[in-house]
Amino acid sequence: MNIYVLLKKTFDTEEKIQVSGGKIEDDGAEFIINPYDEYAVEEAINLRDTHGGEVTVVTVGDEESEQQLRTALAMGADQAVLINTEDDVEEGDQVTTVKILEAFFKDKEADIILAGNVAIDEASGQVGPRLADKLDIPYVTTITAINIDGETVNIERDVEGDVEKLETSLPLLVTCQQGLNEPRYPSLPGIMKAKKKPLEELEIDDLDLDEDDVEPKTKTTEIYLPPEKEAGKVLEGEIDDQVKELVSLLKSEAKVL
Amino acid sequence: MNFELTKEQEMTRKMVRDYAEAKIKPRAIDIDVKAEFPEDIFKELGELGLLGIPIPEEYGGAGSDTITYALAVEEIGRVCGSTGLSYAAAVSLGASPIYYFGTEEQKQEFLVPLAEGKALGSFGLTEPNAGSDAGGTKTTAIKDGDDFIINGEKCYITNASFAKQIIVTAVTGKDDRGKNIISAIIVPTDTEGMTISSNYDKMGVRGSDTAEIVLEDVRVPQKNLLGDPQQGFKQFLHTLDGGRISIAALGLGIAQGSLDKALSYAKERKQFGQPISSFQAIQFKLADIAMEVELARNMIMKAAWLKDQGKNFTKEAAMAKLYATETAFRAANQAIQIHGGYGYMREYEVERFLRDAKLLEIGEGTSEIQRLVIARQLGC
Repeated sequence: MNIYVLLKKTFDTEEKIQVSGGKIEDDGAEFIINPYDEYAVEEAINLRDTHGGEVTVVTVGDEESEQQLRTALAMGADQAVLINTEDDVEEGDQVTTVKILEAFFKDKEADIILAGNVAIDEASGQVGPRLADKLDIPYVTTITAINIDGETVNIERDVEGDVEKLETSLPLLVTCQQGLNEPRYPSLPGIMKAKKKPLEELEIDDLDLDEDDVEPKTKTTEIYLPPEKEAGKVLEGEIDDQVKELVSLLKSEAKVL
Repeated sequence: MNFELTKEQEMTRKMVRDYAEAKIKPRAIDIDVKAEFPEDIFKELGELGLLGIPIPEEYGGAGSDTITYALAVEEIGRVCGSTGLSYAAAVSLGASPIYYFGTEEQKQEFLVPLAEGKALGSFGLTEPNAGSDAGGTKTTAIKDGDDFIINGEKCYITNASFAKQIIVTAVTGKDDRGKNIISAIIVPTDTEGMTISSNYDKMGVRGSDTAEIVLEDVRVPQKNLLGDPQQGFKQFLHTLDGGRISIAALGLGIAQGSLDKALSYAKERKQFGQPISSFQAIQFKLADIAMEVELARNMIMKAAWLKDQGKNFTKEAAMAKLYATETAFRAANQAIQIHGGYGYMREYEVERFLRDAKLLEIGEGTSEIQRLVIARQLGC
């Protein structure tokens, strides 16, 4: 089976994030594999171990993304592709990424592509479904279980806390939700072996694209940290009074009504 | 000069940190209170390949380096001194001597299971009247046919109750000048005549197994002799040099853990209407700890780098061990001070850091012995 994983490098949101000049400071930020993409890597490895084939991890990123790709290789993926846009793409959005991936997958015969449900940085959840649409294959988002039998694929997906069960077929793109699996830690021998696994580096030129082809459709106007959460208020007294107070607070303080 | 870690080193550091945060940290208080060796954690450390970091692949290890190993010890030590100590001892004292000095046959039989993480090994040097003064060793190994018959007593031996084998130092004869010849012999723990008991009630590193060993007419084949029979003393000096880097890294972990806890507490704790981190009295403490942590880290990395380059690292390892472990003690002590009354309580963990750090100033050569080693390297 030809298994692909879409992986994104993100900053570790558990570490301190600093914004200055409308940009997130790269210096001092810790970078990790997007946690939802880790589920995708783990599932891809499991699928390969059950059905045979190869796992290829693909990322659109910069030179530093090699670290995350090597981690995926250390977990057990077979090969990796880094599409380095550092020199060619100044501003990008989901459209940019999908264009690049579409070009990359044009001549690949992928049986299944796994991606994260969302990336924890921008959380758009767009790249997976849009890519599937461009490649004209079915897609299922937020999956929590997958079972492949020949061409038939049975999937459970998370719908706001409930489970939806559905049947589809290969080739297919899925996006992975928490609960799908427990991603393994890359073992030390795995880390050492990852050094020798193939990691191909491409630029958009190699995919017959130039900067104009991948121009973003959106514009980032501002980046700022959410306001610090203030202490909550617990209302007291008779229920009727509480309701009245709540309504008046929603009007006067929160100004949402 | 390059202060950057390689990708593999960075990945290992992150992996060990993630594992330690998720699996060891939540149990650290419990491991200390119950003084129970976390066997299941060691099984997992083995599966992750951490017990064989600096051992080549051909002997079941990961074929990585001392720097990577030091990073792993630091990350474990940052959350749990007990687990960190047993981990450092398993690799530096249990496995490494067999890799340095063992025959091919000994490596296959005794090293491979350790490096693969399927068993633990131990190192029995200390006796009631001998430790850094190895010349005072009373344990004897007398040749009998193809065997050695070993008699004696060892104390404060880390991991011995859970070890598959113990490298025991013993007097095997006298040299031309009438001085004791000390050799190292690999003794499987299931050999008849071995009694291993761990009844110590310790101040710190309580979850790390510490055992007393009595050897009564213990018979092992002479092929279990480790390395050069005449050079036993030199061999464990070399072993201890390497071990010092790992104990230094453990001290660094505890110091870093103390800094992390003190800093986050100081930012949260409000007195006189402000976080206490805005007071210079607290800022100066934090700045001092942070500086010492960084200095300790640089010293450890230098010693580890020298070892990886095959250069002499005796002096640097002693300096790293001395400085990093004393830093750990000071950092934990100041972290308690910053926490005030809370810091004195087990729940806040910094009191445990202090108790754990104290051992590091004693074990694998006291701070005073480190100073002696450094002075000797200076030519005194």
